[in-house]
Parts: sequence; structure tokens; C-alpha cells
Amino acid sequence: MQADPRGVLTGVHFIDGDHACCEGAIAAGARFAAGYPITPSTEVVERFASRAPKIGGMLIQMEDELAASIAITGAVWGGAKAFTVTSGPGFSLMMEHIGYAVMTETPCVFVNVQRGGPSTGLPTLPAQSDMMQARWGSHGDYEMIALSPNSPQECFDLAIRAFNLSEQYRTPVMFMMDECVGHMTEKVVIPPASEIEIYPRRHTKKTPAEYLAYAAGSDLVPEMAHAGEGYRFHITGLTHDERGYPMMNVPAQDKLIRRLARKIKGAEEQLTFTDEANLEDAEVVVVSYGITSRVAQKAIDEARARGKKVGRCRLIGVWPFPDKHLRAIAARGVKAFVVPEINLGQIAREVERATGKMADTIPVTHAGGGVHDPELILDAIMEAAK
Amino acid sequence: MTTAKTTSAINPVEPLLRTERIPHIWCPGCGIGTTVNCFARALYESKANLDKVAVVSGIGCTGRVAGYVRLDSFHTTHGRAIPFATGLKLANPELKVVVYSGDGDLFAIGGNHFIHAARRNMDLKVICVNNLLYAMTGGQMAPTTPDKAITTTTPYGAFEPTFNLPALAEAAGASYVARWTTFHVRQLSKSMAEVLNKKGFCFIEIVSPCPTLYQRRNKMGDGLEAMKYYKAKSKVRNGAPTSEIELSRDGEIVVGKFVDRERPPYEELMRNRLVEQLGDRYIPMECSVCG
Repeated sequence: MQADPRGVLTGVHFIDGDHACCEGAIAAGARFAAGYPITPSTEVVERFASRAPKIGGMLIQMEDELAASIAITGAVWGGAKAFTVTSGPGFSLMMEHIGYAVMTETPCVFVNVQRGGPSTGLPTLPAQSDMMQARWGSHGDYEMIALSPNSPQECFDLAIRAFNLSEQYRTPVMFMMDECVGHMTEKVVIPPASEIEIYPRRHTKKTPAEYLAYAAGSDLVPEMAHAGEGYRFHITGLTHDERGYPMMNVPAQDKLIRRLARKIKGAEEQLTFTDEANLEDAEVVVVSYGITSRVAQKAIDEARARGKKVGRCRLIGVWPFPDKHLRAIAARGVKAFVVPEINLGQIAREVERATGKMADTIPVTHAGGGVHDPELILDAIMEAAK
Repeated sequence: MTTAKTTSAINPVEPLLRTERIPHIWCPGCGIGTTVNCFARALYESKANLDKVAVVSGIGCTGRVAGYVRLDSFHTTHGRAIPFATGLKLANPELKVVVYSGDGDLFAIGGNHFIHAARRNMDLKVICVNNLLYAMTGGQMAPTTPDKAITTTTPYGAFEPTFNLPALAEAAGASYVARWTTFHVRQLSKSMAEVLNKKGFCFIEIVSPCPTLYQRRNKMGDGLEAMKYYKAKSKVRNGAPTSEIELSRDGEIVVGKFVDRERPPYEELMRNRLVEQLGDRYIPMECSVCG
């Protein structure tokens, strides 16, 4: 289906990533947001507070991030499309409800405009150090979908994709921005609503008598009903059977947890989103994401000007990790992957895990608070290309 | 010859329960089942449209209530039933949203959400089964455990001051505040029916026995003893100042309806402000489910 035109500000804008993310969420159909103020993400909900009452939506400012992150889940079961927005410490507080959304298969989006950590860290300065937290932060085994935009335009475009994927797979999606992308102002083109494809809620067509809340078909994603429609379903964070009723035993746990993981990891190819260049003859491939990908581009360009065979693989989707895709790139004869990121090597370890038997992995780390000096990335590329 | 007729007759509240999930998990003598029976009766007698009633629970013994009522029901995370219910209600204003949870869930880990939902006068009906401790985890102290009471984490007797729940609810802004015990089944059922038809944040505290963990460790007997105790110790004082009705280990249990006032609920406040400021440009929250 196409986007609701009432929520789409078609035209050319000059806005920052936070504002663009908000417009993307609105274009995707989000009409409910719950938030708690935290730098550098607050502008997203500030814009939503202003926009929502004119398009049939609302923001509620909750008393903390625990409340915000479960209010959106409640709203989704009430029939809305919903999201919350936070950064660092707030993201830590939301972890339990990311797990709850995974377990109850609640489609929703968590936006994290990353800043330096741990703890209060660097509230106003960038980092990419929550990438593993996005993947593993809640307890238990589960798979995650996470996207990482590198421009205000992508904050708009990928926010829509984040909502679509959350609906398609009935799972929370992490939208992993960073302070630079959030506060960077650039041209953002918002297309006509008719050109924005929306994945609708997978609402059941069954009658209440036929409906089982967690019976999944071949794609492992169950159909949803909303409160107030007469289905009288039960939802729980406990391990549950197809009826949604608590079921405390090994077979029930095995069946549920493996299905939840498989519905996402089994779709790894469909969930691989990259932006690539010069991979054909590349001996060195720079793997990066978010703001760092733009810094890395300068180093790539310089290395190529010096005659080095360097390619780009920018991760737009970071989770599920594109293991197979990176292995396919490595198999073309890549000597090394250079992985710059604003953390101490979180995604570099994933690259090494996926391709370590085929190529070297060279992390280019940064503890946070700024972006890399491109020279550092260039040095790593030149060393790898020797 | 009346046997056949008797056995085929069903309790009128039975269709409100997920009978396929019975037997329930609660201990013999526990008061939670009694409160659920009162709730089912209140729903039955209030003739509420059951497709438009949702129950939201947190975690704990009372948190399991959501799983036993044949309604749209949500067993959420520990302490967070109220913010879940807030999102549910705002997205789907036609629903009557009942939060049904325990004292530890609502007032320790969830205390912040309780006071803020009351402050907002969110249109939620909060039913708290107060068994004076954490029962699901084996009987630890809660913010409601009376002075000197024995729990597993207060083996020499509790000494922390407690929350007086009706006073807290009133001070935070609740529109309706009542307290009953599981001895007062008719009054409790009537209170529950009353709040189902009242707008705004409504709060009912139910003092309820935990024979396994509280009664036993404090040498207060079984569930039946608890009923005798409640009968002897409770006193109906409708309209009593909530500051004067704090519970204690052995003292009087003041029950009744203490607060019943009109305050505009959150949704009305929001709508009024936005209409005032935006006029025709205001489009209320669209409900994809509402008729």
C-alpha cells in the first residue's frame, strides 16, 4: 500500500537527521510516539509533538524511558504504529522492553541517536558504541534488525524501511543513528506519498473462533489482532504456546525461541542492505556504517588516487549481520577488510567472525566524541594494501 | 431429579474466565481468585461490552490475573503495566483499560508510573491486590510490608515505613480511591463496577491474604483465619481522610470509598488544549480499531 498523503511533506527540505527521521516515521504511518528527553535525540520527538496533532497522531512525554518504551508497545496492540526515540543511557533503560517486543512480536521502532558512553559519557558528542547493545542488550537469545543511516536523506528513507521491516517481520527494529547524522543539516527530498511503499500490518483475516495469536505460517510470522476487535487474545512475555498462553517447558521454549530467531536470521539475504563501490577488483574493502562511512570515503578516494585497489562496503543494515554477503565479497580475493567505527571494534569483530578464515580484519577504532581523522583510515588501507 | 439441572447450570461469571486454563496457579486460601470472581461479577453486572475491556497486568502472583480472564489481556513486564496501559488506552480510546496487579509490582518497581498516571488522570482502572509482600518470588518485603512483619528478607521483622496506598493515590491525583479486603466481596464487586463506568484514574486497593508466605510466617493462620481476621479488624468508613487509614500489622483495617471526585482526564485535557490552539487543524489521535 502507499503512504497516507496527510503525513507526507512532499518537497525539498533543508533539515537535520533528527527532523528527517521524524518525517520518515510519519510518512511510514507512525501516529503514536512516547519519549523522554535526552540529548542528542530530543529533536525527533519535539518535531513529532508539533506535527502529530495535525495529522491524527500524538506524542506522550513519559516519566522515563522504561515507560516510553512500553507505552509504544501498548499503543501498537491498540492498533497504532508507534516508535520511541532515545540515546545512550535511555537506550540502556529500554532494553527490557526491546526483549518484550521481541517476545510478544510487537512491530515498533526504537530510534537511538548514539552518543559517547558508557554511562552519561558524552551527551552532545557522537559515537557508534551501542551497536552490540542493539544486538544483544536485552537478556535471552534473539535476533535483531538494525539499520544505520549516514545522512539526513537516509534518516528519512530508512526510517520508513525500519517501520516496514518491523511490520513485515513483527519485531522491534533498531534505528541506529549517531549524533553527527542526527545534527547534520542537508538537503532532504521527500517524495509524493504515492511513491512511498508501506508494508501494512499483518492483521489476521480469521474469525475470533479460528484465530490463534501465535500460530505462524511458512514465513514464521504470525498474524496480528488488536485489542477491542473481539478476539480476546492473551499476550505475555512468558514463554507461550500458539494460543499465547504461558507454557513453561523445554519443548515450548525450543519451538518459540528457534522460530523467533529463524524468522529473522533465516531471512538474512532479504535483510542484507549495503551500499558498495569498486568491489570488482578490490584487494582491500572498507566496511563502515553511519557517519564513519562518509569519513572513510575520503580515505578510500585518496587510496584509489594512489593506485590502490580499494572497495567500499557500507552496511546500511547492520543486524542481522550479513555474514554470507561479506564472505562472498571476501571470496573474490580480498586481502583485508578495514573497519573504521566510533567504538573499540564492535563490528570489526563481526567482520572477523564472518570472514576471518578468508581475509584479515583491520579495525580502526575511535573511543567517541568525534569522527576519525581520515588519515588514520588511509594509513590502515595503505598498510593493508602493501 | 434436580441433579442434572444443577450440574448443567453454569456460574454466570464462567464465560468471563479462561476455564481451559483452570486450575490456576494460586495457593489454597489465596485471595487473588476471590478478587477475580468479584471482577468477573462486576463485568457481568455492569453489562460492559466485553470486547471493549482490556486487562493489563505486571509481574507477580496478581500479574497472572490477565491470563485467566477471557478478555483482551496483556501480561507485561515487572512494574510497567501502567505505562503499557497508557499507550493502549491512548491508541484505542474506546477500550476500558483495567490494570490488575500486585503491591510490589505497582508500588515498588512501578511506583513512578503509578504517581504519574494518577497525576495525568489517565483513564485507567487500577486494581491492586495488596498481600503485603512479594509472593511469587517467595515472600520478600514490599513497600507495603507492615512494621515488625516477618518476610524472607526481614527475618527479624520489617522496619521500613510503608506506603499508605490510598493516601498516595489521592495525593497524586486519582479521581477515585477505595479499599476493601477479600472479605468484602459484595462491596468490592460494587466498587469495581463503579470504576468501570467512571472516567479518569481510579484506584482500588484490596487487602488480600497470602497464607503460604505472609500468614504462615507471621503466625496468622490459613485463608479462613484471614477472613475472620478481616471481619474482626475492618471497619467501613466511607469518606475517611486517607491520611488516617494507614495499615499496620495488627491494627484496624479501614475500608470504604475514600475519594470520588471529578477531574478532567488526560485525553480531555489534551483535546481541549489542542482545539484551543489549533482549532480546525487539530485531528484527534486516529484509532484504527474503533467503530
